[in-house]
Amino acid sequence: MKTKVKARAVYKVFGEAPQDALKRLERGETKEKILEETGQVLGVQDANFDVEEGHIFVVMGLSGSGKSTLVRMLNGLIKPTSGQILIDEDDVASCSPERLRKIRRDKIAMVFQHFALFPHRTIAENAAYGLKIKGMGAAERRKKALAALDQVGLAAWADSYPSELSGGMQQRVGLARGLATDPQILLMDEPFSALDPLIRREMQDELIKLQKTLKKTIVFITHDLNEALTLGDRIAIMKDGRFVQVGTAQEIVANPADEYVSAFVADIDRGRVFTAGHAATEPAAVQLSATAEEALRVMEELNRNALYVLDGEKIAGVVTYQDLSASARGDRDETGVASVLTTEYPRAAEETPLHELYGLASSGLPVAVVNGEGRLKGVVEPESLFAQLSTDEHSTDNAHNTSAKAAS
Amino acid sequence: MFSPSDLLLIPFDEWVNSLVRDFLVPNFRPLFRAMQVPVTAVLNALEAFFQFVPMLVTTAVLALVAWRTVGRGLAIFTLLALFFIDMIGLWPETMTTLSMIVTSVFFCTIIGVPLGILAAGSDRVWAITRPILDIMQTIPSFVYLVPIVMLFGVGMVPGIIATIIFALPPIIRLTNLGIRNVRGDLIEAAEAFGSTRWQMLWDVQFPLALRTIMAGLNQTLMLSLSMVVIAALIGAGGLGLTVYTGLGRLDVGGATAGGVGIVLLAIILDRITQALGEKSGGRTQSLRQTLVSLFRPRAATVDEANKTGS
Ligand SMILES: Nc1ncnc2c1ncn2[C@@H]1O[C@H](COP(=O)(O)OP(=O)(O)OP(=O)(O)O)[C@@H](O)[C@H]1O
Ligand SMILES: [Mg+2]
Repeated sequence: MKTKVKARAVYKVFGEAPQDALKRLERGETKEKILEETGQVLGVQDANFDVEEGHIFVVMGLSGSGKSTLVRMLNGLIKPTSGQILIDEDDVASCSPERLRKIRRDKIAMVFQHFALFPHRTIAENAAYGLKIKGMGAAERRKKALAALDQVGLAAWADSYPSELSGGMQQRVGLARGLATDPQILLMDEPFSALDPLIRREMQDELIKLQKTLKKTIVFITHDLNEALTLGDRIAIMKDGRFVQVGTAQEIVANPADEYVSAFVADIDRGRVFTAGHAATEPAAVQLSATAEEALRVMEELNRNALYVLDGEKIAGVVTYQDLSASARGDRDETGVASVLTTEYPRAAEETPLHELYGLASSGLPVAVVNGEGRLKGVVEPESLFAQLSTDEHSTDNAHNTSAKAAS
Repeated sequence: MFSPSDLLLIPFDEWVNSLVRDFLVPNFRPLFRAMQVPVTAVLNALEAFFQFVPMLVTTAVLALVAWRTVGRGLAIFTLLALFFIDMIGLWPETMTTLSMIVTSVFFCTIIGVPLGILAAGSDRVWAITRPILDIMQTIPSFVYLVPIVMLFGVGMVPGIIATIIFALPPIIRLTNLGIRNVRGDLIEAAEAFGSTRWQMLWDVQFPLALRTIMAGLNQTLMLSLSMVVIAALIGAGGLGLTVYTGLGRLDVGGATAGGVGIVLLAIILDRITQALGEKSGGRTQSLRQTLVSLFRPRAATVDEANKTGS
């Protein structure tokens, strides 16, 4: 896969003598000390990352950690003090103003924390702004703007003004303005922070839905770890202008790099981070032709109460220890598993988040985890589901192991 | 008692005299003459126009504009005021004054708005412009009548040039202010989409600053009006001249008639430009839309307001 955005040793110092601040930093002085002695602020220190095409890269950090500074450097609104920022092959830190303008017009769009809609323009005109800047004719750009507004469900508001819309709607217009130019890269600086929790969740879902079809390369800024974990293909955690950890949601939750990250991770909802695939144990199953004795023996070996039964490659159903032993005792002729098969069983896809499994697990039966073709990839025992959600060391280690297994 | 003048008496007046008489006048006379040309052209055209159009037509148009921009009250006031002016025999003088004011505001705008935009774009330009504006506004207007007469001579056009100098500062200041006050995040948004400086100015900064710029225009207009009497001192005509000659002859009636004419004209123009400013500043209207709405049937604008309101 292609790397769309690349940052190499990017530093940003706000102040009069940035080179001096960089030298002090090299000598090992801290951000606070440099601020105290020189009055200069270290916005970003030594940022290195790659964003693959079609991925969402989330930068998460508290207020003042340098997230906005970082994302503004990506489209050249701020020039880095040193380092390289590559958009495809162009270094936005050093290219000519014309080149930079071209990159901004053709490749990168930005969605702002406080919407930044033009109050004197209608919603449609706002959405069409990027196209107008590119010089597209009025009729065509209106058509495209309406299409973009339609994507975010606001086509009916095209001729209203921003002040007539709620915050959530305004942010959707901001998104539409970003999408209208069909950019390859979207920069989103805390786009959902100003929204209340319900609309926020809605917007996150909407973004995930849109991303499924649009496949943009997205750099997404947030100060909310849950949001980061929900959206990010990869996540960077930032503190004092520095990346303290970069990894997938599961990597960060399972193995926080330091105490700072673990403090964050402590109270996140694991049920949303880990998926059925992560919690699944190996799919022990018997074929439909197996006898009750065989099935019982497998269960005893594995210490399981229920077992999935396969018909060739397909799942035929599930048998429980109770039913099987009852049928084995009652000396009937046919003692195959088929006679006591339950064809109603709980199933989930590999990528289903664990929190959606709570209901399924309450049946007491293990949840069948199936892949796209309906093959059994593993089972989630009700007990292991809750072990996965607890935060103590042992179970996270366990989770890590199983996720490694699931991946292999 | 000792005073510094015992030690040294500075011939400041002599210096200024020699600067103006011996340096500026001989060396730059052609330049100053050339500066008069566009002002003369605009003024003559406007004056000819206003004197040519029949009184009733001008009145009807002004009343219509007043109705569209402000409302029925001002429209009726405009009708009555202009009828009154005509009936006291000052219609031609009023039209001369109107053309002088429009000329002055026109030049203030084409000089002041670009200067304000330049000043807003660069702190250095503003640092130079600002003290000059301060000086322009603190010097009593009588003081620069003399150098103006020396450089431009006497007559209508020098009177207007004095008016332009006097009325220029507010529009520069408020253009600068309006553009600087455009929200930073909107500028950033425009930049992030790859706007050129022109696109930024035209699409974002100017429309958003328009309300403030219009307030500056209103102030400039009012200052121009307040200069008409003073400009009459150096030979400008119109209502100012009526007042000035009344003053000279101790003709209270004539001076008052001229003064009333100026006040009535001032009220009408003030209200109209204020309303234009408020309209253009609202989220809904650009200057173009405001102008268009002047010519649209009133019912349509009301409909539209209802639609956008709902
Ligand atoms: N223009 C500037 N001049 C000086 N210092 C700045 C400037 N912009 C940002 N900073 C400093 O850089 C640091 C990082 O700021 P930044 O805005 O990137 O933080 P952030 O992570 O986006 O915070 P928030 O979540 O509040 O938006 C802060 O300490 C801030 O004071
Ligand atoms: Mg920020």
